[in-house]
Amino acid sequence: MLAKPSPSTIANALRSFQAASARSYASAFQSSAPSSAFAQKPDATGNYTVSLIPGDGIGPEISESVKQIYTAAKVPIKWEEVDVTPILKNGKTSIPEDAIKSIKKNTVALKGPLATPIGKGHVSLNLTLRRTFSLFANVRPCVSIQGYKTAYDNVNTVLIRENTEGEYSGIEHEIVDGVVQSIKLITYDASERVARYAFHYASEHGRNKVTAVHKANIMKMSDGMFLQACRAVAKEYPNIQYDEDLLDRACLRIVQNPAPYADRVMVMPNLYGDILSDMCAGLIGGLGLTPSGNIGKDASIFEAVHGSAPDIAGKGLANPSALLLSSLMMLRHMDLFDKAEQIEKAILSTIAEGKHITGDLGGKASTSEFTDRIISKL
Amino acid sequence: MSFRTALKSTGAANLLSKATKSNVIVPASARSAFSLTSSPDAKSRAPMKYGGKFSCTLIPGDGIGAEITDSVKEIFESINVPIEWEQYNVSGETTGGEALFRQAMDSLKRNKVGLKGILYTPMEVGGHNSWNVAMRQSLDIYASVVVCKSLPGVPTRHQNVDFVIIRENTEGEYAGLEHQSFPGVVENLKVSTRAKADRIARFAFDFALKNGRKKVTCVHKANIMKLGDGLFLNTCKAVAEEYKSSGIAFDAMIVDNTSMQLVSKPQQFDVMVMPNLYGNITSNIGAALVGGPGIVPGCNIGREYALFEPGCRHIGKDIMGTNKANPVAMILSGSMLLRHLGLEKQANAIATSVYDVLKEGKVRTADLGGNATTTDVTKAIIDKL
Repeated sequence: MLAKPSPSTIANALRSFQAASARSYASAFQSSAPSSAFAQKPDATGNYTVSLIPGDGIGPEISESVKQIYTAAKVPIKWEEVDVTPILKNGKTSIPEDAIKSIKKNTVALKGPLATPIGKGHVSLNLTLRRTFSLFANVRPCVSIQGYKTAYDNVNTVLIRENTEGEYSGIEHEIVDGVVQSIKLITYDASERVARYAFHYASEHGRNKVTAVHKANIMKMSDGMFLQACRAVAKEYPNIQYDEDLLDRACLRIVQNPAPYADRVMVMPNLYGDILSDMCAGLIGGLGLTPSGNIGKDASIFEAVHGSAPDIAGKGLANPSALLLSSLMMLRHMDLFDKAEQIEKAILSTIAEGKHITGDLGGKASTSEFTDRIISKL
Repeated sequence: MSFRTALKSTGAANLLSKATKSNVIVPASARSAFSLTSSPDAKSRAPMKYGGKFSCTLIPGDGIGAEITDSVKEIFESINVPIEWEQYNVSGETTGGEALFRQAMDSLKRNKVGLKGILYTPMEVGGHNSWNVAMRQSLDIYASVVVCKSLPGVPTRHQNVDFVIIRENTEGEYAGLEHQSFPGVVENLKVSTRAKADRIARFAFDFALKNGRKKVTCVHKANIMKLGDGLFLNTCKAVAEEYKSSGIAFDAMIVDNTSMQLVSKPQQFDVMVMPNLYGNITSNIGAALVGGPGIVPGCNIGREYALFEPGCRHIGKDIMGTNKANPVAMILSGSMLLRHLGLEKQANAIATSVYDVLKEGKVRTADLGGNATTTDVTKAIIDKL
């Protein structure tokens, strides 16, 4: 990591080197670049290139909506559409070479919903993408949307989930008939990497607290090590408060009253993050309104986490909000904060006024009416 | 005889309903290794009774435990419930508590029935393993039952919530098998067995039948943990097939979706059955939906023992000793205990006065938006009796 320092990453590299050497087993567990910051330079016309995976089902329609809005808002982005329909390479599920090249080159991608191919032997595409680009952290902000009433109206949570190991390591075996061992794998390296990103995210987004969610009373060693990594990273960020909370308590507290969680970023191992992020999405009305970002070493992919809704595909009824909101996370990841702010206001006020919203939000508008309304508000 | 054939021949299918069947076939050795196949005869399973009084083990636990169990004792005393408590003030805070913990376990084994608060578990590696879990494992109280039901008078965001969480209590992520294979790399084993999935699934269906419920939902993550949770899901499916004629519907839901559905449309759930960790999560979500950990009772049931404790299993250290804790969860757990002992009349009397006090809403602890103390609530309930 220190062999070829480039000016943009040298500070980060130094920081992680210091952290690594502070540990006794530094050589074995040198962590990856701390935050995988966006490093692309704009081209001659001042544009950044972003890979776009329109996806299946309603994917193309909602991607089109995003493109129209971005053009109208004059966001300095050039889209490079790629197809990730899986192919089998040497018996392994893989995505086409062109797509990998494009995403690796651009280091950012926006992705619509993908239909996971059904049938045995197919690894889910999401998992394939995760592995291909080492997407180690899943970021899931959930904010109450004015104009879409749920039982909760003060939600503003950010959850960062470790995305590569834990309960989802995929290591399982049946010892004898009827007895299965599944291995939850926790490594210091991966824990530290996601913890570092959580602190980085917190400082970038003006949240002054990081809470690690765990179950270390029961899983003393595995979750214990996750906490150890979080504590070590916390020392490097003296301006950000750090605390820990038990998984069950966090669930209870958030569902009782999510408001106090607005000041912090939660970070946790894979399974807990999976469950809690969807729980938070439930608080604000489901996956149709929740953005998601996958931060990786080689690239970061921002995506809508809802399904591809084949039943309404092609009818112009789909709600593009989740993909749009995900794209705003992407803009912020690329340090294009102003544009993100501008578009966000337009989306939220369009939903809040409630006149031109799609069917899933209780309105009657088509995708294009919704899109046009947002554009008119830019 | 292999484990599997032992199970088959003893009719694991009838574990709950026909207790005596397996007695004849299972050798003692098999019984000790896999207590689920053991079936002590009915006599030795009955709770202990001396001079017309049931003897029950009482472990107040850490945090608010002492305050809320005092409340239960007072209420029971006020209507002369025929129960003699054997109290053990075990605490998980100190390392020296282990001897007392063992005595409490012996008492539980003698009495077969107990009421307990929650014991603290240290987080540190090297600290003792959870005694709460140890109790469940060594007594093989495999089914945790938590009822989440909207109660009139309790302020909540959701109305008409009424579901039951049946949680496997003895294996899964709580197996406690962990090791560091290499510095910085820890493996934690989640153990899933067909036998335990089978008996918890049966428990869930039997519970649904007995309590007039219509649907059992299996909560899992079999799309990722294809073998472990797959085994749980497939076993539940097989059991559902056997219960088809009873008219109880069965469906399955992935755990992340479940947690989302719970906070948006909790009314869709009836009986839910799931592995250990998911039960921990959903029971806390469920409690939050109906008014918090202060009002949700729970119990752990096995073939031989029954242990009653608040459904959410929180210690409540922050309000410990302030007389602010809501005793309702513990009182309702106590009422479940009475029902378990066949003391229906007293059980119902206590439950009814608790519901009345909640409904009136005059005497409420802080967690329900009031400013009454634990003793106020206890007194209000006693006044209603």
